[in-house]
Amino acid sequence: MRTIRIGAGAGYSGDRIEPAVELAEKGELDYLVFECLAERTIALAQQARITDPAAGFDPLLAARMQAVLPICRANNIRIITNMGAANPVSAAEATRSIARELGLSGLKIAAVTGDDVLHQAKAADLALDVGGTISALDNRVLSANAYIGARSIADALAAGADVVITGRAADPALFLGCLVYAFGWAMDDWDLLGKGTVAGHLLECAGQVTGGYFADPGVKNVADLARLGFPIGEVREDGDLVVTKVPGSGGCVTPATVKEQLLYEIHDPAQYLQPDVIADFSQVQVDGLGPDRVRVSGGRGKPKSGWLKTSIGYVDGYVGEGQISYAGPGAVARGRLALEIVRERLAMTGVQTTELRFDLVGVDALHGEALVQAGEPYEVRVRVVGRTATLAEAVKIGNEVETLYTNGPAGGGGAWKSAREVLAVASSLVPESAARLDITVLEA
Amino acid sequence: MKLRDIAHSRAGDKGDICNISVIAYRAEDYALLCDSVTAARVRAHFDGIVKGEVVRYELPLIAALNFVLKNALGGGVTRSLRLDAHGKSLSSRLLDLDIEDVCSR
Repeated sequence: MRTIRIGAGAGYSGDRIEPAVELAEKGELDYLVFECLAERTIALAQQARITDPAAGFDPLLAARMQAVLPICRANNIRIITNMGAANPVSAAEATRSIARELGLSGLKIAAVTGDDVLHQAKAADLALDVGGTISALDNRVLSANAYIGARSIADALAAGADVVITGRAADPALFLGCLVYAFGWAMDDWDLLGKGTVAGHLLECAGQVTGGYFADPGVKNVADLARLGFPIGEVREDGDLVVTKVPGSGGCVTPATVKEQLLYEIHDPAQYLQPDVIADFSQVQVDGLGPDRVRVSGGRGKPKSGWLKTSIGYVDGYVGEGQISYAGPGAVARGRLALEIVRERLAMTGVQTTELRFDLVGVDALHGEALVQAGEPYEVRVRVVGRTATLAEAVKIGNEVETLYTNGPAGGGGAWKSAREVLAVASSLVPESAARLDITVLEA
Repeated sequence: MKLRDIAHSRAGDKGDICNISVIAYRAEDYALLCDSVTAARVRAHFDGIVKGEVVRYELPLIAALNFVLKNALGGGVTRSLRLDAHGKSLSSRLLDLDIEDVCSR
């Protein structure tokens, strides 16, 4: 039975680059996939594109391409990535320039477009999961991008692309596109598409299946996380796979790491909604085959819904924040006094906020007061954060914390403040016909 | 004993919804997980953090449970004022749950 090897070279926009180089050099790969687009990333990218029409793609695209293009050319590995973000065509042009500088003449780079559905979303006045419709957000709306599927990625590979660059594709679809192309899977063979989605889902967060985000010393030990190896999926024509990594790299692939990633960001395991299929993870089996080799089988699928999840990015006011630390005997009492002073000052000076939080980091910031243990921590950090309608009001929150230096409790140190615009993301659905998909092929 | 003694866990986010997996180290502990870690107990354990309902899904083939916690992330990752806006650390809180020792039952 035919098998292809797909490596995951990034699990998010800022991810490490050396593990991708290691995969390209030693992974015996057919495909190298970079997943770099979180929910909000594309809204940030759209904002960048509004300022500069040639911008709006992943800021690490050049560094990644420079690092892996020559190796992938030499080893006959094709690259698939969503680093196009809000501007896949400019990302493809930038990649072509890099390929030319590296002397990789003839390299074909495809940009997949059509995920930007802002016009259609506005015309249809989409209802949002956060309540209301898109028109209520008025000119605060920045972007609307539909999660597109595997078909156009497979088509771009069929057109001979060495590098395929998309915008908002569904993360597993980056991998599923390779499988559909390589094995000629039909787009209505729901079980195969479901199995391919299992493979893509396990690989899409890169190091999170090879021991990253897993270690708990003394309970779950993982060796050499500073040199964490990224995963390789050996996917068979029948859709089952083995998850592994480059021998000698850091981390580990075990049934436990694979199970944690299988359920990561999943709701009903029998209904994982994707643009191409409703994947069913409920019958998946995970079996250890040996060191750093885990077999995954039993994925299934049901017909797709015909609707595409769509992320709407919008400006949602401002957040102002200030922090300051206290240590030694009485640290908690001084921290609490500091919080009370800032609370009173914000009220006295009439700072306009719609939401405020007063945290004592080291005591109750992450999970509230319910689980606070007896015994005093040696040090605490005061954190005051609030939501405002204007930047000017947001700035005042951090300033009030900073003034604790000379006006607050004894021994406050390390004050820090920030004020920032908030880009929020709401979700909706569009019919798949709303995404007018197109492929542009460039040659170096 | 604590849930951490028999299971491991990972939290993920989508909008204002958090999911937390609970995976038995040993398949034979799956029944104990099912008996002890109910949706109602998880909802109570996260009282004050989770504002919505908690739904439990069972995955016997991998000896795991998946909890879906609604209105759990302070309005959603992209706008929450919480220090851990993603709710990534909630898995550690769930592992602090007390579990009745199977030997003492």
